[in-house]
Amino acid sequence: MSKGKIAFYWAGSCGGCEVSVVDLDETLFDVLEHFDIVFWPCAMDIKYSNVEDMGDGEIDVCFFNGCIRNEENQEIAELLRKKSKIMIAFGSCSHLGGIPGLGNLSTREEILEQVYKKSKSVSNEKGIYPSSSVDEHGNEIEVPALRKYVSALDDVVDVDYYIPGCPPPTDVIKTAVLALISGNVPPRTEVLAPNRTVCHECKKEKRDIAVKEIKRIYQLDDIDPKRCLLEQGLVCMGPATREGCGAACPTANMPCTGCMGPPSADPLSENCEQGARMISAIASITDVVDEKNSEEDEIKAALDEIRDPVGIMYMYSMPKSILKRRRKE
Amino acid sequence: MTLIEINPITRLEGHGNIKIFKDGNGKVEAAYLQIPELRAFERFCMDRQCELMPQLTSRICGVCPVPHHLASIKALDRVFDAPPTARAVAMRKLMHFGYMIEDHLLHFYFLGGPDLLLGPDCPPEKRNIVGIIEQYGKDVATEIMKHRRFGQDIIRMLGGKAIHPAFGIPGGVSNSLTEDQLDGVEEMARSCVEFAQFSLSLYKEKIMGDEFFSRAVVSDEYSLDCYNMGLVNKKNGPDYYDGDIRITDADGKEVVRFHPSEYLDHIGEAVERFSYMKFPFYKGIGWKGLVESKDNGIYRVGPLGRYNASNGYSTPLAQKEGKELERAFGRPCNMTLAYHWVRLTEVLNVSEELLDLVRNRKLMLDGGLRTPVGKITGHGVGCIEAARGTLIHDYEVDGNGLMKDVNLIVPTTHNAAAISLSIAKAAQREIDNGIEETDRMNRVEVALRAYDPCFGCATH
Amino acid sequence: MNDDNGGFEPKIVGFLCNWCSYAGADLAGSSRLKYRPNVRVIRVMCSGRVDPLFVFKAFEKGADGVLIAGCHPGDCHYQCGNYKTMRRMHVMKKMLGQMGIDPERLRLEWVSAAESTRFVNIVNDMTETIRELGSSPMKSEADCDE
Repeated sequence: MSKGKIAFYWAGSCGGCEVSVVDLDETLFDVLEHFDIVFWPCAMDIKYSNVEDMGDGEIDVCFFNGCIRNEENQEIAELLRKKSKIMIAFGSCSHLGGIPGLGNLSTREEILEQVYKKSKSVSNEKGIYPSSSVDEHGNEIEVPALRKYVSALDDVVDVDYYIPGCPPPTDVIKTAVLALISGNVPPRTEVLAPNRTVCHECKKEKRDIAVKEIKRIYQLDDIDPKRCLLEQGLVCMGPATREGCGAACPTANMPCTGCMGPPSADPLSENCEQGARMISAIASITDVVDEKNSEEDEIKAALDEIRDPVGIMYMYSMPKSILKRRRKE
Repeated sequence: MTLIEINPITRLEGHGNIKIFKDGNGKVEAAYLQIPELRAFERFCMDRQCELMPQLTSRICGVCPVPHHLASIKALDRVFDAPPTARAVAMRKLMHFGYMIEDHLLHFYFLGGPDLLLGPDCPPEKRNIVGIIEQYGKDVATEIMKHRRFGQDIIRMLGGKAIHPAFGIPGGVSNSLTEDQLDGVEEMARSCVEFAQFSLSLYKEKIMGDEFFSRAVVSDEYSLDCYNMGLVNKKNGPDYYDGDIRITDADGKEVVRFHPSEYLDHIGEAVERFSYMKFPFYKGIGWKGLVESKDNGIYRVGPLGRYNASNGYSTPLAQKEGKELERAFGRPCNMTLAYHWVRLTEVLNVSEELLDLVRNRKLMLDGGLRTPVGKITGHGVGCIEAARGTLIHDYEVDGNGLMKDVNLIVPTTHNAAAISLSIAKAAQREIDNGIEETDRMNRVEVALRAYDPCFGCATH
Repeated sequence: MNDDNGGFEPKIVGFLCNWCSYAGADLAGSSRLKYRPNVRVIRVMCSGRVDPLFVFKAFEKGADGVLIAGCHPGDCHYQCGNYKTMRRMHVMKKMLGQMGIDPERLRLEWVSAAESTRFVNIVNDMTETIRELGSSPMKSEADCDE
């Protein structure tokens, strides 16, 4: 029986999703028994022209990671969509926009200016930006432009499944890959990961008490490694984040930052609103000393150290949030 | 003018293409390494809560998240004037050494190594880890995976995840290892020393005598005269975690030595229109563009840069290996392909250092993990040697702990100019000798892969 | 709607809690009190029911302002719902500011069942505040970049 064909590609990515596949170790041997890898720039010498030469739908499954940050990312996403039967958004960046999605709090101009002009060590008297130009010999050199905003993969092509995480946890990848090999996959457009929250997996003791004050981690002299971090006053994204990682970061005594994205939304809401969920979680878990005398100031004191709510609560999902990007009054 | 494009460059981290322009006589007129990506961490990390920077900047690179995490937390130590405890530094070093071992092994066996272990003209479908498994056997592959896994396990035990660990707090770390875990790490370190030696012998057996390699390694197109940079300790030995930045010239003479917090006095970054990657240069000499010249402040970092900027390894087996290297290639060494041997020697050196470190059980188990933070001083620079070279994080933080400015100079960025020159030289040789078929173009990439480049990092 | 103050009629979505503020608004109606027609009322059982999702959705769908009205602290029909609302407000306002949306566009007020006049004043005041701020920046595509 002929082997299936799979591809791995990275767009606006850090390469971590690639390494998470390499980290499958011996499971890779199993994958290679069922599939030929026909495109994987990180590990194989197959070029874009080889992909263009493939037939439409020739690739059985394409695992696409990375956000859509520039024109090249979009072009290759569209190319691979054409050549693939199943397109999987692999990892936070293609699923939700990822950490680079925080770029949506700036304009393209602000980004270029900071990186190429304002940055402390930059030496750029001519004030040039990377852009398509002609060199001294008259050769045209094209440079793909940044898109106005960062997008997730399904903002530019149809996506069949999502494998969440930054990077996707090994068990989540293995389960998803086994499902694909056996053909036992859920209906299209599902997220291939369990659907409760990180709190369910977290082994820290939860006493169900309210928090008087939210604190920054460096403001806590002692962090009790056995107790819930949220109850100790740290903003842990656990309540608003999908499980599947074994509560990895809390295991290291650090708060969850939300990389798996939120659990699947209410079917009536098409957005992935991790931030909205976390705001409600914070409101529920914090309490002031005497509710009957609750004043605006007491609430402010309790919550003031949440100084960058967007950065904390949409760290991985800005482009797929309802508000999506910064606006201008 | 005709254009030959290698698109994308493969078996490395990040995006890139090589554009080679030929003139009317079929000779190479210009060759450009273009990096078309930019995510702009230097912009979007502004206004973020500073304690999240180690986790945010970790995502600059999923192949080398650990050095970013550690450089970031070192910068924050200074922002808060909270020097970490000895035990916290030890935990950070454990993580760093585990990382160095697995990242260097990843490069040698998965990324740049296949060109040398299988030959640069090996058919493209086989010229990768699958080809290595076929030629060298599943047992070797299992050993490679096992030792990479050791490195990843150390990172995971400390930081919860192997890729993008969570671990650093200003003034310390959040987690430590138990006695049992330390026993496990000691076993791993011992095995890594052996595997490093196996890798080195594989290199000497399969690569050094190989026809392509023995000609290429001493050739002009695979050599580059430039400056070299790396972190060194007080005795000018390589220091992967701390120390001063030292720059030496092509003859091995020290040109300057400074504390990383003074980097701005010595390093500038040039901008070229054709690429999103910036081009750092040594300000003491200045930037003359992409030309190989003593009067141009281009320098190299990473294994070969460190080798040239320092004077020998402190651990016994690596010291012996280093001397053998010196006898074969000299010190300083301007041969780009020597990167591979130095890289494997570093695996040996780091494995020995890891073994020494983990055996110091008193340091591993006694004492606190955190120094209480002081007032926010507002500024801090953190520097570390990642597998690919010197990494600098420079942070400015306001009174509310929010990031006001983020400046990053990342290893492969330092190498931007050197890599550009290397590929231009290799391209020139291949094309001017009438070779045009795509497969021989891989030799141009061979020049590039020796650096173990990471372009997502370089553009950040 | 036009951006200049002359022709622009703010669209404000108002989430009113059943027991206090909706009753207060109802009283304004039955008392034939006149007030600006710009608030579209959605009755919820408690101001604490207002998920931040609703607020963001309202802005996304074209609201120029969002009003949340509930019982006075201490009088919540469900004991503490309105305290939760206060805490959510604190974070939501910060967030809107970060997203480039003037936090004045989101407003939380306490209106009891008897305070019909208070309700009228709030609606009139908010309508004018929003009129001055202009059309919501969520509605413009060309706002953030050239």
